[in-house]
Amino acid sequence: MTDKTDITLNINGRDHAISVESRRTLADAIREECGQTGTHIGCEHGVCGACTVLVNGEPVRSCLMFAQQAAGKPIRTVEGLANGDEMHPMQRAFMENHGLQCGFCTPGFLMLAVGVLEKEPDITDEDLVDVLSSNLCRCTGYQNIIKAVRAAAIEMRQS
Amino acid sequence: MTAHTKGSGTTWVGRSIRRVEDPALVTGQGRFTADLPAVHWVRFVRSSVAAGTIQRINAPDGAGIVTSADLKALKPIRPMLSKFNYVAVGQPILADGVVRFTGEAIAAVYAPGKDQAEDLADQVEVEISETTALIDSMDALADGAPLVHGEAKGNVIVEGRIKTPGFDDVWTTAHKVLRVDGRSRRQNATPMEARAGHAVYDASTGRVTLTCTTQMPHLTRTAVCDIIGMPESDLRVIAPDVGGGFGQKMSLAPEYVLLVWLARKLRSSVAWTEDRRENLIASFHSRDQHVELEGAFDANGKLLALSADIVANVGAYSCFPTTCGVEPLMALAELPGPYDVRAYHCLSRGVLTHTCPMAPYRGVSRPVITFVLERLMDKAAAAFGLEPTEIRRRNLIDKFPYTSATGLVFDDGSYKETMEMAVSAIDLPAFRKRQQTARDKGRYLGIGFATFSERTGYGSPAFAARGMAISPGFETVHLTIDPSGFVEARIGASPHGQGLRTSLAQIIADEIGIDPEFIKVVHGDTDRSPYGWGTFASRSLVLSGGASLLAAQKIRAKLIKMASHMLEAAPEDITLKSGAAHVIGTDRSITIATIARAAYHQVHIFKGEIEPGMTETGSYDPSGTFSNACHVAIVEVDIDTGRVEVEKFLVAEDAGLIINPMIADGQVHGGVAQGIGNALLEEIIYDETGNILSSTLADFLPPTAREIPEIELHHIETLTGNSITKAKGLGEGGAIGAPAAVISAINDALSSFGVSIDEMPATPQRIRAALRSSGKLT
Repeated sequence: MTDKTDITLNINGRDHAISVESRRTLADAIREECGQTGTHIGCEHGVCGACTVLVNGEPVRSCLMFAQQAAGKPIRTVEGLANGDEMHPMQRAFMENHGLQCGFCTPGFLMLAVGVLEKEPDITDEDLVDVLSSNLCRCTGYQNIIKAVRAAAIEMRQS
Repeated sequence: MTAHTKGSGTTWVGRSIRRVEDPALVTGQGRFTADLPAVHWVRFVRSSVAAGTIQRINAPDGAGIVTSADLKALKPIRPMLSKFNYVAVGQPILADGVVRFTGEAIAAVYAPGKDQAEDLADQVEVEISETTALIDSMDALADGAPLVHGEAKGNVIVEGRIKTPGFDDVWTTAHKVLRVDGRSRRQNATPMEARAGHAVYDASTGRVTLTCTTQMPHLTRTAVCDIIGMPESDLRVIAPDVGGGFGQKMSLAPEYVLLVWLARKLRSSVAWTEDRRENLIASFHSRDQHVELEGAFDANGKLLALSADIVANVGAYSCFPTTCGVEPLMALAELPGPYDVRAYHCLSRGVLTHTCPMAPYRGVSRPVITFVLERLMDKAAAAFGLEPTEIRRRNLIDKFPYTSATGLVFDDGSYKETMEMAVSAIDLPAFRKRQQTARDKGRYLGIGFATFSERTGYGSPAFAARGMAISPGFETVHLTIDPSGFVEARIGASPHGQGLRTSLAQIIADEIGIDPEFIKVVHGDTDRSPYGWGTFASRSLVLSGGASLLAAQKIRAKLIKMASHMLEAAPEDITLKSGAAHVIGTDRSITIATIARAAYHQVHIFKGEIEPGMTETGSYDPSGTFSNACHVAIVEVDIDTGRVEVEKFLVAEDAGLIINPMIADGQVHGGVAQGIGNALLEEIIYDETGNILSSTLADFLPPTAREIPEIELHHIETLTGNSITKAKGLGEGGAIGAPAAVISAINDALSSFGVSIDEMPATPQRIRAALRSSGKLT
């Protein structure tokens, strides 16, 4: 189990040359080998979605993907959402609509919502709720998350 | 840098300003315990059986392993109660020869990485000779049942009784007696961040810093030091960003004690991150209660007397600091709820079993007792041919202060008013018509009401009444304006998602005339914040808010005194706003930053009339207050599958003065969502041998965005004299009322079947079983 392979993870446009065991999950590699701790681990069995990142533009649960499977593919995490000091509309919408409380699930929700809206900017409100039901939040009761994502969707469509 | 120059013009309290907590959290810059690197990673080897004696523990040669044999110098976790026949059982940090629940830590292994520690744990062989496991509290109470702890006879660890004088006479005069056999299954608070701890030893000072996911940093420090036998000055406890707690992170994790001990032994850094399975089987559970309740009514539906037998399954050990008495004793004291009833008889017991220990979870006993009491009121409504709201109208308290049958004093509230507000907002007559139309088409809609109180913000006397050796209560705030003119409030409370930094800044801002953005609230670090009790029991806004106000009043007085001197004006002519002291009716002013700097650097000009510096302390220890609310759920039950959809949820609530409406509404939303989960989905299930069948989030089911409907909120703000900020707490109310409202609505939907669902969660299986037993399914 301890044989390691050299791979490169491209996270938010920056290459990280790392050496990982085959069993290393993408979530662990992002957090530990690459030091990007904004991606959180909530269940390690693919249910809660806290670890959601974008790989090739698709939302994936990074606890269910091996680091080696993501080698060479563009990976986006919460740290890459803002453009310098300018926050992404989704980040602003979460703050304006109180879409977070403890903030632990938030990076996963942000990446899920951004990933889906970039692919389907005109997704219906109903379908959006279905998408958002992929992730768990224990604090907000979801109403303000839904509100935030709908608000961000409007802004993303306009920009 | 220029401090506090923005004008506000109005009060900060009452405004939905954005949270200061948010920018870091939405950009991935939050700092959670599991983000810290460590030299050694710890993994716990846990019991695979519920009850037994450890015969043998074998680890590979050279493995880093700790067992109870290494921890002989450590005391067990042994919280104390001096009343209610409490038996002070102890919990060893690692199982000491005997295991008492599946998931109990038997050994700790450590290795240079998380994966290696897991591999090592898998190689540890543990041989346990199994003994009879008691899982259900009724089995534990049976004659001749084996004892979970030898010293707790009959497995009863705590027992409270109340019988009001003349109870029997009242009971015998009753017109009608109704009964509910209520059952709440076991639940897990399930914060999205499971527990984690990180301890690092500093060789230069001999101190250890423990960073962990606690709601109570100071009490964690006290407990760990008591158990290990070390001075509190040698331990710093930090609660960084904490990913939700809901009570589960309030109780002491034995794992944290092990981490501090091991960091000292290895003179290094050690870390443990709980995985979700550990969290579900071995952190803390709650709400496993059986409540047999009878209510005696007169001919007009007025409740005359309540009689209850409450059994709380508290698991294998007693949690620190509250003790496992927290559920049964809260049920004993608060079961009569918001209703005027003078005769009360109750036996409430905490029973030990071979299950994961119980600890407080948002609302503690009240989600359970509210659900059972509201079932009783609904049954009474049916028996008297009344709308459920009418039976409540006839029984809700409406004169204040009201002293309950158990001696609790209810301050000003709006029990009837919130219900009337809810009835009107939901348009009950229109719903009844819609319900009938749907019924004619074979669809089963129902509406449920829950009216309840939420006791909040109580200080040390209320806790002392329980006989706790540790009586939490007061909160302290150290408020400083530093020479730069910026404000720092160091608080003993320990928020973890509640937005308290924002709300407290609003309270302080109004008092000292400085905008919230210049006020930093510091918490969760025993080296920086005053001794306090942390965040739980809907208390922090009331207590830490009150202490903040008291400290800010002192700072205000000092600023005015100094400004009076510096502006050569009478103190009563000076007002503080927008970062400056102004002489009323003139254009003369001086910035607060200038005054503050003078308090440090120009003290001589005040000729000994002021103390140097600009730090004041406020401590607040109030008697407590009661929030109240009415929750309404509208559900549709699919009688073919037993599936329940919550179509709408409405809350009319009164938590006194609302400091930040956005944050307050968010607290209610979150509580309601947890309550809906408790009512419909969430259940920790043991098999008969004590193995847990719900150890993943695919089995234990917190609700998703699909299950939570729109939540409509209405507010009344009753300004109580029992809180100096006029704010009552509201952290738990959502979770207290929602289960009762949802269960009530299900029963209303199924009224034509003559069934009564008195168990939560009301899963499809339970609903189908009830429908099948009705004999009325076609």
